[in-house]
Amino acid sequence: MNNPAGAEGNDKPLLALRHINMTFGGVKALKDVSFEVRPGEVHCLAGENGSGKSTLIKIITGVYRPETGAEITYDGQAYSHMSPVTAQASGIKVIWQDLALFPEMSVAENIAFETMVGGWPRLVNYGRMRNIATDALARLGVSLDVDLPLKSYAIAQRQIVAIARALVGEARVVFMDEPTASLTQSETDYLLDIVRNLSASGVAVVFVSHRLAEVLEISSRITVLRDGALVGVYPADGMTQSRITELMTGKTFDQQVRAKPKQDRPVVLELEGLTRRGQFEDVSLTVRSGETLGITGLLGAGRTELALSLFGMLHPTAGRMALDGRPISFSSNREAIAAGIAYLSEDRLSLGLVQPQSIADNLVIASLRKIIAGGLISEDRKRSLVKHWIAELGVKIGLQDDAISTLSGGNQQRVAIAKWLATDPKLLILDAPTVGVDVGARAGIFDIVARLAETGLAIILISDEVPEVYFNADRVLHMKKGRIVGEYDPRQASLAEIEEAVYA
Amino acid sequence: MHSYIRTHATESALLLVILLISLFLSFATENFFTLGNAFDLLNTSSVNIIFAVGLLVVLIAGGIDISFAVAASVVQYVTAVMLGWIGGGNWLFGFLLAGTAGIVLGAFNAFLIHRFRIISIVATISTFNIYFGLLMFFTKGVSIYDLPDWLTTRVVLFEHEMANGTWVEITLPVLVMVVCVIATWLLITRTTTGRQLYAFGDNPEGARRFGIPIGAMQFIAFGWLGLMAGIAGLVQAHYAQEVVPNALYGRELDVLAAVVLGGARLGGGKGSVFGCVLGVLLVSITQNGLNLMGVSPFAFKMIVGAIILVAITLSNTSIEKLLPLARSEGKRP
Amino acid sequence: MSKLFERLKDLAGPEMAGPSMAFVAVMLIFGIASPQFISAATFGSVAFQLPELGLLTLAMLLPILTGGLNLAITFTANIAGLTLAWVLQSYGGADAGVGALILGVVLALAVGAASGVVMGLVIAFTRAHPILVSLSMMIFLRGLGEFLTRGGDISGFPDFIRPLGHGSLLGIPVPLIVFVLCVLAWHVLLTRTKLGFNTTMIGSNIEAVRYSGINTRKVIVWVYALSGLMCSVAGIIMLARFNSVRVGHGESYLLITVLACFLGGVNPFGGFGRVIPVFVALIVLQLLSSGLNLLGANQHLATAVWGILLVGIMILRWMAGHFKILKNRR
Repeated sequence: MNNPAGAEGNDKPLLALRHINMTFGGVKALKDVSFEVRPGEVHCLAGENGSGKSTLIKIITGVYRPETGAEITYDGQAYSHMSPVTAQASGIKVIWQDLALFPEMSVAENIAFETMVGGWPRLVNYGRMRNIATDALARLGVSLDVDLPLKSYAIAQRQIVAIARALVGEARVVFMDEPTASLTQSETDYLLDIVRNLSASGVAVVFVSHRLAEVLEISSRITVLRDGALVGVYPADGMTQSRITELMTGKTFDQQVRAKPKQDRPVVLELEGLTRRGQFEDVSLTVRSGETLGITGLLGAGRTELALSLFGMLHPTAGRMALDGRPISFSSNREAIAAGIAYLSEDRLSLGLVQPQSIADNLVIASLRKIIAGGLISEDRKRSLVKHWIAELGVKIGLQDDAISTLSGGNQQRVAIAKWLATDPKLLILDAPTVGVDVGARAGIFDIVARLAETGLAIILISDEVPEVYFNADRVLHMKKGRIVGEYDPRQASLAEIEEAVYA
Repeated sequence: MHSYIRTHATESALLLVILLISLFLSFATENFFTLGNAFDLLNTSSVNIIFAVGLLVVLIAGGIDISFAVAASVVQYVTAVMLGWIGGGNWLFGFLLAGTAGIVLGAFNAFLIHRFRIISIVATISTFNIYFGLLMFFTKGVSIYDLPDWLTTRVVLFEHEMANGTWVEITLPVLVMVVCVIATWLLITRTTTGRQLYAFGDNPEGARRFGIPIGAMQFIAFGWLGLMAGIAGLVQAHYAQEVVPNALYGRELDVLAAVVLGGARLGGGKGSVFGCVLGVLLVSITQNGLNLMGVSPFAFKMIVGAIILVAITLSNTSIEKLLPLARSEGKRP
Repeated sequence: MSKLFERLKDLAGPEMAGPSMAFVAVMLIFGIASPQFISAATFGSVAFQLPELGLLTLAMLLPILTGGLNLAITFTANIAGLTLAWVLQSYGGADAGVGALILGVVLALAVGAASGVVMGLVIAFTRAHPILVSLSMMIFLRGLGEFLTRGGDISGFPDFIRPLGHGSLLGIPVPLIVFVLCVLAWHVLLTRTKLGFNTTMIGSNIEAVRYSGINTRKVIVWVYALSGLMCSVAGIIMLARFNSVRVGHGESYLLITVLACFLGGVNPFGGFGRVIPVFVALIVLQLLSSGLNLLGANQHLATAVWGILLVGIMILRWMAGHFKILKNRR
């Protein structure tokens, strides 16, 4: 009470939740969770997919109503539950992971949408919205044409719009759910500065990110959730990435460089001066049988475009490609698949798998010819093919006919890999194979990758997370602005050295 | 101007097509490019435009409605019968009656959709059959010709004799149409409710997280279409001077085609009143022009269908490719 | 025994609950209400009425599975019928020979498939919404038909066509045989062929299917072509049933076919649906109208009851889902 430093005001939580329980379709999503945020702090909420982070955010913002017994205190007021309108009006703002924007509406409307919600219907004040939007963007040091529909902007700019939206009005606490997921490094740095400024001006920020380096850099306290239950609240000082991972998964990880020399193996893929104007230029590389070639670089470096060109879905404008020594050029991905190239999409949810359909159908879709007997699909062949790959890759499933969406991210990814292995590829391109896969399940994916390489498969591993390629590839290429600017051997180079080059 | 074309590609393209067709018809026929013909066009298109702006609101909110045209038939019939009971009435009473009946039928759709989570196309195909089946069952398909005088008398709001002896007329349906168009435009572009409808259609989950009342959105959208359908039903009865139970049967698809042609997206979040009116007008101008050119009436529909087919093929390919628009990714409901 | 049950379940899938419950309910209600209901006469009338609506429903089913719709089915059927009628007419009308019939049938099938191919191409290459594409095709075909026939009937066909619409083979109506064969063909198509597999996958996520190396455009074109082909079959049967062709015949079936698909558990957004439950749903619809007919009501009341039935089934499905969630919570 007589604390001369006056620090006790900061220890009093701005927002406190206790006894939060939530059940979805019989599954407990949150079990007696407590959570608190102090004014002006940067608080990290950490946990694997499905640990309950998003559910907790939705309860705080009133989208979900917690089960009875919950206590929510915000700014000295007690609530049994929130409503979206009160939450926004009283300064609780969110940047949703999926952004929750309205692509057909103008940038101004997207940013100032909260002025149109709540209360009785009234006339829209477009001028005021435009001012609010311009101001919010100006605070971020960005200028966009606020009258254009949001859909005319790329994903990174949409992310900025989502951030700007959270800054509208009197923000007291801002939740950021994976705000850096689609930002480049410089944009991310910029965002982190914004977070620091917000914090300095007394706004609390709750930060959710799978990039643990970011988390450690910015936050002062870390709340860890696992399987819907609270693990604990920890100060960020003295915390390490591996310690957070341990707390999140309840397991310990020990990563080692898997790289081995593969120079004596036959060359499977050879690219010479491959170019697709505006996307990548003069890319020359080789991948040998049994070799895992890592390609890393920032978002927008042209990695995915390069992969899609190998896969026949984009067409290079110059250069040569050869597979097993024979020149190749594809007019569609069907030809690429027939030639023995498989591509695991970075976007598993909308491009990699047909989410509502069954595990079995997703697994056989690329290799239907194998299960056809006498012109018709043979149910027996299909079952046994699926059974084979499920066992081979250790996928945990209920029934073959269950929807693929019922599986965890890691198991879905295994099915996606199995789908491509079933086509008997010579070259497997894995584009960001751990996106949306729990930290604990990632190692399992890379074990599979290593095993596949041992069978002689040539693999290209693309990831913007340098450690992933560093530990799991035999060689690492650094791609920047469409060009290959560096090659590293993980057995000789250090992780820090490559990270320095990539993130600089 | 350039930015208008960019943000309103469909409307601009439609306008261009309409101008080209009109230009052609002005040279090809004697009477197309006359005021008399222009007003004639408006008179005949009024009912469809009223339907169209109503349907637009439902499409913007991410729904679809198949039942509105037969709902309008039900409203017509109910209104005519009730006017017969009370013996008389007037326009104001007629609109109140028809509007209320329309809203009730629209709200029933919203109730099914919201309360039982039935997808709008399933719900409205059901109510289409229910409304039409019951109407035909109870009326036995018998038309009503004995309508109150005020309803069947042509109301000419403005008339003017041109130098060549033809008459330019604006009739009541046009006025009602203009009021409905302006009201819908105000609703969807100038009120918070209207913007919430857009947001709800564009990204329902995002709208939910903002605390937009989902149920209210459904009732407002389908209620508005019900209101418009009720009004259109009464106006159609006035225009045709009779109530035929199956007169509007099949109209729903023609109107739907025109609205989608006007840039509304099946799936929600997109569409404008201007585009919607242009969509209806393109169809009626084509028909009108073919008529004036002396083309057999049997060939009208064929040519109209072909034009729509060509128009969508063009508007989905070249226009988006010609203009430097960021292609929006396909959205699945 | 349980193996047989498994197989049956496999054939029908979870979509079967709604239609089979409706079937039992209809049999019970009308069986009690009218003593003549469960009789050969009822089943005879159902057997003759089922094929027209049924064939058109099969034509509607494939596009719905891909997440689309084919609103041009009824007029495609009419135009196919017209094609056959002309071939017969130009070979002497009532005196035309079997050769003319065969030629006519082949041309009719080709015309139906062609209309589907055009729609499929536009949908696949422009990505315009199928509702709009098929709607404009419908308006076009209706106009074309009315233009060519001047709104009148075309009749005067050789006698040997009659059995196709009215005849029986071993006591089974010929149209029903045709329909059942088509049902089986569609069932095999959807459950056992590559095209059928890709059709349902596309209905759930066309881009993901394209990334899997499937020529999605080709699939879409095939789907609409087969839909058009099935319309032609319906058009030919309708010609034989009415012994005439008129543009607008069967127009009222259009939205009923959509209703029948939904009743049969087909997902309105595509991706899921089976032929057999839709077949049962069609039988239920026909039984309903025959039953109501017996009780003295007309087809219009039956139409309304069809709508009520669909709403009822959808509400039951909603309650089943709701109940399941509640049960899990405990």
